[in-house]
Amino acid sequence: MKFGVVVFPGSNCDVDCYNVVKNVLNKDVNYVWHKERLNDLDEYDCLILPGGFSYGDYLRPGAIARFANAMQGVIEFANKGGLVLGICNGFQVLLEAGLLPGAMQRNKNLKFRCHYSFIRVENSKLPFTLECSEGQVLKIPIAHGDGNYFVDEETLQQMKANDQIVFRYCDEDGNVTEQANPNGSIDNIAGICNKKGNVLGMMPHPERCAEDVLGSTHGKLIFDSIIKYLESRVENAR
Amino acid sequence: MQDKKLWRQMGLTDKEYERIKEILGREPNYVELGMYGVMWSEHCSYKTSKPVLKRFPVKGPHVLQGPGENAGIVDIGNNLAVAMKIESHNHPSAIEPYQGAATGVGGIIRDIFTMGARPIALLNSLRFGELETERTRYLFEGVISGIADYGNCMGIPTVGGEVYFSDSYAENPLVNAMCVGIIKHDEITRGKAAGIGNPVMLVGARTGRDGIHGASFASEELSEDSEERRPSVQVGDPFMEKLLLEACLELMKTGAVVGIQDLGAAGLTSSSCETASRAGTGIELDVSLVPLREEGMTPYEIMLSESQERMLVIVKKGREEEVRKIFEKWDLTAVTIGRVTDDGMLRVLNGGRVEAEVPADSLAEGAPSFPKESRRPEYLDEATDLDVSCIAVPTDFNKVLLEILGSPNVASKEWVYNQYDYMVRTDTVVQPGSDAAVLRIKGTKKGIALTTDCNGRYCYLNPYTGGAIAVAEAARNLVCSGAKPLAVTDCLNFGNPEKPEIYWQFENCVDGMSKACKILETPVISGNVSFYNETKGRAVYPTPVVGMVGLIKDIEKVTTQSFKNEGDMIVLLGETREEIGGSEYLKVIHGIEKGNPPELNLELEKRVQQCCLEAINFGIINSAHDVSEGGLAVALAECCITGGLGAKIELEKKEIREDALLFGESQSRIILTLSPENHKLLEEIVSKYDVKAEVLGWVSGDSLTIDLIENQNNNRSYRKIINLKVREMEKIWRGKLECIMD
Repeated sequence: MKFGVVVFPGSNCDVDCYNVVKNVLNKDVNYVWHKERLNDLDEYDCLILPGGFSYGDYLRPGAIARFANAMQGVIEFANKGGLVLGICNGFQVLLEAGLLPGAMQRNKNLKFRCHYSFIRVENSKLPFTLECSEGQVLKIPIAHGDGNYFVDEETLQQMKANDQIVFRYCDEDGNVTEQANPNGSIDNIAGICNKKGNVLGMMPHPERCAEDVLGSTHGKLIFDSIIKYLESRVENAR
Repeated sequence: MQDKKLWRQMGLTDKEYERIKEILGREPNYVELGMYGVMWSEHCSYKTSKPVLKRFPVKGPHVLQGPGENAGIVDIGNNLAVAMKIESHNHPSAIEPYQGAATGVGGIIRDIFTMGARPIALLNSLRFGELETERTRYLFEGVISGIADYGNCMGIPTVGGEVYFSDSYAENPLVNAMCVGIIKHDEITRGKAAGIGNPVMLVGARTGRDGIHGASFASEELSEDSEERRPSVQVGDPFMEKLLLEACLELMKTGAVVGIQDLGAAGLTSSSCETASRAGTGIELDVSLVPLREEGMTPYEIMLSESQERMLVIVKKGREEEVRKIFEKWDLTAVTIGRVTDDGMLRVLNGGRVEAEVPADSLAEGAPSFPKESRRPEYLDEATDLDVSCIAVPTDFNKVLLEILGSPNVASKEWVYNQYDYMVRTDTVVQPGSDAAVLRIKGTKKGIALTTDCNGRYCYLNPYTGGAIAVAEAARNLVCSGAKPLAVTDCLNFGNPEKPEIYWQFENCVDGMSKACKILETPVISGNVSFYNETKGRAVYPTPVVGMVGLIKDIEKVTTQSFKNEGDMIVLLGETREEIGGSEYLKVIHGIEKGNPPELNLELEKRVQQCCLEAINFGIINSAHDVSEGGLAVALAECCITGGLGAKIELEKKEIREDALLFGESQSRIILTLSPENHKLLEEIVSKYDVKAEVLGWVSGDSLTIDLIENQNNNRSYRKIINLKVREMEKIWRGKLECIMD
């Protein structure tokens, strides 16, 4: 089982993702440099697009990164059913690359926001959420200036029908309220997946809460889910 | 040149100009004069402060690099060390708050990775006027977003610091940025241009016309004309710096680097002459080889530009291609612009033509330096003349406590730090809002604690005591988190030192700090001086900010200020005296900023800290919080609010005023909580250090209540003087800044 962490110029959560996979989950992981033309990503089982400020967020977060050489490979990898997890800036890149529907706007209060938030798991059948239960509340940090997710009403309805809304901001008890929405996202959306369920984008940072010493281990559930899914896939193949 | 007295425009005195002529044996040309102008500015040369700075203790068993380099370095074991430095960006931030603060952060980060260290944390110490005026809110908002955008984009967590508001900073906000890095002992790189013939390379961003004469600008008072200085403020590009950081650290691992120095104040001039001066060599460089952002730049402009995100690298001869490849990988330029020479000269060529040729060390070290006249300021008599008997003791202490909790100086700074990414790099174990920030050191069981401290009002009322308290409180904050204080980096912010009264403040602050540093065994390993924080003859409060690092042996034993368990016993280490002079209470409730600041007994301070640390290391302490602004009542309220728990307190009526008991700011006090069964163990430790430890009460319920016990004729009577719901206190404390700003 092998993970890849895609590194764009300006990525800065790449080391954090790498650290969790390597030292907390004890799995194989490589950095994938943005200039690489990836014809064969078959060696990877899951690609992570980390948080940060790819290309300085110039123009628009993720807008330049989508043109990086490595992204062509990521798109092909995703189309073949490979698991792709985009976190924060990685989520923004996935939106810009068209792997996920919708777009990001500046936070409603126009300020960067960093703090712990609560999200409710809306779909626990995905490779990324197997280890969670439906309605489970996760305590997980956010840190972004552009996390105000928007999508048109028609697409939103389709996404709902397809179970593509994966996480929504909520309070400690799981109530999805306006007050619990840190950035103005439509429908309190914190994370979504594509129709096939193999590409997940989320604004909160699971890699920041996967160890006891950091105050929460809820983020580890996401990584544990991926591993469990990949292991069962191997089993099934046998 | 002689007629126009051009040197004066460049900030040089007539005497200094004569000295330059002596050094050169001729008149300097325009380029040379500009180079001396910036290098001999106060900002670059420390000519006024140097004689006083020598009083700081700078040595210690852990010190690997003291003052004089880009940053100080202190050993933390496991072949690891911490690099740290704090620096001011006050003047630029007063003119252009966003860019001023952003480039302040950028500059201090470069100082850290220049040493070969990986930056792992940022802190900042900020001072503004009162938030009532629109201009102050504009400055405050701009500075915070400047710091946030730069640090966030770099992926370096901003984990701590302080913000104070006082009218004295209305025209001159203070923006001090601190950066901390981690490095292996054998990877320390220094800013030396050694090895005759080695190529000198300029790497990173291209050079533009921004920030020309920024260093000189920082060495004069602000005035109405300062707005014209806006072009002296540099513009930051954190994305570029992120690339530069990664490229430089990658490069330093190759072993091809002989020396490296960032281009900060005075740009190419300072980096070249300083690296040459440290190595006792010379440098010859050609400005026509410098990659430019705009056409038609003159040699003068190129040498003085303070364009950000650039580094000067002295490389082992023959390995230039390696350097170029690494920078190409990061889409950055790396160009050879000169070489190290043996003649001690800084020679600036423009193609074939010599544009400047001066002894490198005369630029870097040659500024005539002498102590200034020093005189005790007259204001002190009036300011410390406070008859407390004329100040009425309030009757409603609930109201007083709520008012102080809502004072911007005491209120939660969440509005500020929630704009900072304080969690990136996944090392932040204690987040902003406790006494000190704590980071784990991956791959070890250890952690480091970080803080910045200074009470400018204390320093104004008594510079010596104020300076000492800044050090003592910083150390106390670290101890409260379970860390042993290791070393200091300081940022000394004062008015115009040419005024004897300001120089006196400066000397006395430094003396007070030095004494405290000696006794608490925390040497000063790096720092920065910022003078001329003065507008229309009005200087800021003397503000010698202390940044401190401490070592935590076992990250599992980290302690925070919040109350943890219902039923825990609350103990006060130290003693409360009748000291309300210079307190936040006097300012907020009575509108008075006068009196003597609290006394500081450094020997007692040390024993209190040692006692607290031993108890924490023993594993019996559940929370620890330093008592500072707002006194005992505010400190207890903070423990309650952050822990979401109430407390029942019973205080013996002492021979001191009730307002002093609740809100006085006596030093050397720490609030601890522990399980009642561990009380005996604590008492043993306490008696060992000869420290007073008074049981105040218990963690209990959802309110903070304080009863005063009076003993009269063997009758104990109880009087409730504080009774507030934690939720009510929290609402005011947490919401105040947001309420003012949004």
